[in-house]
Amino acid sequence: MATVTTTAPRIAVPGVLKHPVPRKLLLLALAAAILVPLANARWASGSWPAALTVDFTEPLTKASVWIIDNRDSHPLFLYFFGHISNAVVIAVRAVYLVLLAAGWAGVTAAGALVAWRVAGFRLAAGTGIAFLACGFLGMWIPTMQTLALMVVAVLASVAVGALLGLAAGLSDRMDRILRPVLDTMQVLPAYAYLLPVVLVFGMGVPAAVLATVVYAAPPMARLTALGLRGADKEVLEAVESLGTTARQRLLTARIPLARKELLLGLNQTIMMALSMAVIASVIGAGGLGDRVYQALGSVDVGAALAAGIPIVLLAVVLDRVTGAAGEALGDEPQPGGRARWVYALVAAVAVAVAGRLAGRLDWPDAWALNIAEPVNRAVDWMTDHLYSGVPVIGGTADWAAHFTTWVLDPVRDTLQWLPWWSVLLIVAALAWLIGTWRTALSAVLAMAAIGVLGVWTPTLDTLSQVLAAVAVTLALGFATGIAAARSDRVERLLRPVLDVFQTMPQFVYLIPVVALFGVGRAPAVAAAVVYALPAVVRITTQGLRQVDPAALEASRSLGATPAQQLRQVQLPLARPALLLAVNQGVVLVLAVVIIGGLVGGGALGYEVVAGLAQGDLATGLVAGAAIVCLGLMLDRVTQPTERRAKKGA
Amino acid sequence: MTAVVAGVSSLALLTGCGAADMTKQASPFANAQGAKTVTLSVQSWVGAQANVAVAQYLLEHKLGYRVDTVQIDEVPAWDALSQGRVDALMEDWGHPEEEQRYVKDKKTIVPGGDLGVTGHIGWFVPTYFAEQHPDVTDWKNLDKYADQMRTAESGGKGQLMDGSPSYVTNDKALVENLDLDYQVVFAGSEAAQITQIKQFAKEKKPFLTYWYSPQWLFKKVPMTEVKLPEYKEGCDADPEKVACAYPHTPLQKYLNADFAKTGGEAAALLKKFKWTTEDQNEVSLMIAEQKLSPEEAAKKWADSHESTWKAWLS
Repeated sequence: MATVTTTAPRIAVPGVLKHPVPRKLLLLALAAAILVPLANARWASGSWPAALTVDFTEPLTKASVWIIDNRDSHPLFLYFFGHISNAVVIAVRAVYLVLLAAGWAGVTAAGALVAWRVAGFRLAAGTGIAFLACGFLGMWIPTMQTLALMVVAVLASVAVGALLGLAAGLSDRMDRILRPVLDTMQVLPAYAYLLPVVLVFGMGVPAAVLATVVYAAPPMARLTALGLRGADKEVLEAVESLGTTARQRLLTARIPLARKELLLGLNQTIMMALSMAVIASVIGAGGLGDRVYQALGSVDVGAALAAGIPIVLLAVVLDRVTGAAGEALGDEPQPGGRARWVYALVAAVAVAVAGRLAGRLDWPDAWALNIAEPVNRAVDWMTDHLYSGVPVIGGTADWAAHFTTWVLDPVRDTLQWLPWWSVLLIVAALAWLIGTWRTALSAVLAMAAIGVLGVWTPTLDTLSQVLAAVAVTLALGFATGIAAARSDRVERLLRPVLDVFQTMPQFVYLIPVVALFGVGRAPAVAAAVVYALPAVVRITTQGLRQVDPAALEASRSLGATPAQQLRQVQLPLARPALLLAVNQGVVLVLAVVIIGGLVGGGALGYEVVAGLAQGDLATGLVAGAAIVCLGLMLDRVTQPTERRAKKGA
Repeated sequence: MTAVVAGVSSLALLTGCGAADMTKQASPFANAQGAKTVTLSVQSWVGAQANVAVAQYLLEHKLGYRVDTVQIDEVPAWDALSQGRVDALMEDWGHPEEEQRYVKDKKTIVPGGDLGVTGHIGWFVPTYFAEQHPDVTDWKNLDKYADQMRTAESGGKGQLMDGSPSYVTNDKALVENLDLDYQVVFAGSEAAQITQIKQFAKEKKPFLTYWYSPQWLFKKVPMTEVKLPEYKEGCDADPEKVACAYPHTPLQKYLNADFAKTGGEAAALLKKFKWTTEDQNEVSLMIAEQKLSPEEAAKKWADSHESTWKAWLS
């Protein structure tokens, strides 16, 4: 029975692979045979040769001193950055004052009514409950501060992103120029550009908003460009034949046709901006992020969670509401839709005024739930009982120690032992096998740039942690994803869990991972796995579920067992999705390298954190740049060319 | 192009034409609803939280201010202070370079006097271990115990645990210059370091850590200092060649220069704020161990130490 399974989808793969692979490898070997002895003769050294590094310390230090000395007097600051900074402060303040004036009742009513109009009754109820929960957790004022910051940051990101996207969507040249810029903006760890932003704008809200814009604008730009380029050719031609000007075509046809992508871009931008809310607290943004960060100072997981939950709630509500708005697009407008908006507006104002008259603007102190205490008790119990001395399986600290000695150490030592040119060769081979010679070249150049920056050794340390974390993430993620794809129940149960893990500020689980795994690289890996897992699970599940039902049906009729179906039909057919999961896993793990630095991961993550803490632009920026290069290299090595071609459409 | 021009001109309109003074930008959350506001910077350790909690309580309940707090590391806090983003820094452990730049050269920050607490950094072992092995408290004998201090992270050597990168530390140079068989492992944040120390203490394991006093954790995990070669003025001048202990530092307060002049009662209170190590530890312990909110802790302390803070108000 087992022999009669469908092998059809697999035939194509070896056929394609047969020819180019040996040829590419042979060429590479030839190049290596000529170049390596040359390189070795000149710079015989295992690690990156010192002769090939450039020291950026001096110019960067000079730049930061110049900024500090001239910030209060130079025209560039007085007439340009100063105005930007002031505008941000004024805008955030205006939104904040409006929110305060509406009072808790008014804000909750307005939120629920907007959700009702956009997304229906259920989401309206959810939104209302979410806002009230923020109040009950004692976080009303910080929630409003974060909301004010978010409103301004998202509007600015959308404006910047849409402008960039418009340029990239209308001009091929701009598209080519902008693509690497957007890539860099997204891979650059937020921590690394907090410092330059702080130097220019000073601590606090303006710097936080601008750092958020850098982080959150790229998805808007990408999706805008995608939407404009994807517009139906026939419709455009029809419009053109009407004798419209280019601008009319843009406004009446191309932009309206792209509105689904535009809304998706808005959705992505909101999510990215929220995930910056906590990181930005490190530079004094205030609000919920600051509460999370302050709670960590006294090692109070419960209090950190109390501030983290409102962030999760805001994220889920905003995600669902903008998502629903995107789906509702294109539906026939309901009769009387405009009138209902008016009713909603009037109702919100009425509630706000009523709250005001009742003298209930501030959230009443008596209405507070104290979740900090039970949470801390639970964390204490967990660490008391799991840390060590669990019979048979050993405690988490023992696992962590074994993981460090048996996995992390050997991988790191091997990477650092490899001669530098052989690392470049391996990168070239991997990137070339999966892509073109261009991919290979950019991967090698990215890796070489790390050497030139003079952080070769710590980067390989970070790389070893990333590889270990990705391996664990993929093993867990594929297993969970397969389970979720096979059972609707599992998927339903998993969804809220994944939501929480994806949006909970990473700072919150900093203490639990240390309490469970001790200080070092093991908790850093654990934090990365927790963060990257949801995306991998989601993509795997979706990929498996989208496998053509006909192929499944066919294999079933041939008598394949579920396991055989999975192995021989679903997994091969879902290969593109699985590869995407690998790629996303790598990118997300890399995003948590910084958090790793905060729990003893050392290497690049620590240097970025140290750069910010010491106001040392050179250390922080160089380590940040190395993380970008590492991310670029890993992206090239894990992302097949076909998909890149599609992505850039 | 028109959009850019329109954007720039509307920016100028919004913010008032002409020069924008970057030194005069308070937080957008300050002075909301017409209250007088003071913005204090808090550093990540609980001692600093305790200072701010008490100052905040007195400012709010005795003088009717509204207080905003912002958590930032020390060096960025100096920067924020000079720009007026925060009004005061309540506990500074000595930053000569920043002092030269902002206090002496730019005059945007003024000293706010002693906090009354003396800080000291050092190497510590848990007291339960020091009692069993009294000779561990001299650096010369540390190598003997390197084996017992080993962890997966420290390779074959003993582990010397350091904390947040924002803290003043010479430990890497010290280990090298004193030729010790130890590896400095950076916990990366104080939260991580405290969590690890507590875990070690729960199991009564030996460990060696960078730590500082005053610190509430001593009440929870008693620790004994390891004697390093004696500190002499200037022995830590060259960061590469340091081979001596850390100094005892009387902790300082700093105020934004404008705020010091125009801050009225609030500035006066913050300048007079001066208490003892015991006072600070009492509040810290309530915050960190009994998990009282900083406000409750400050209230408790204020209720039982009226004579101390009455003097700051006058």
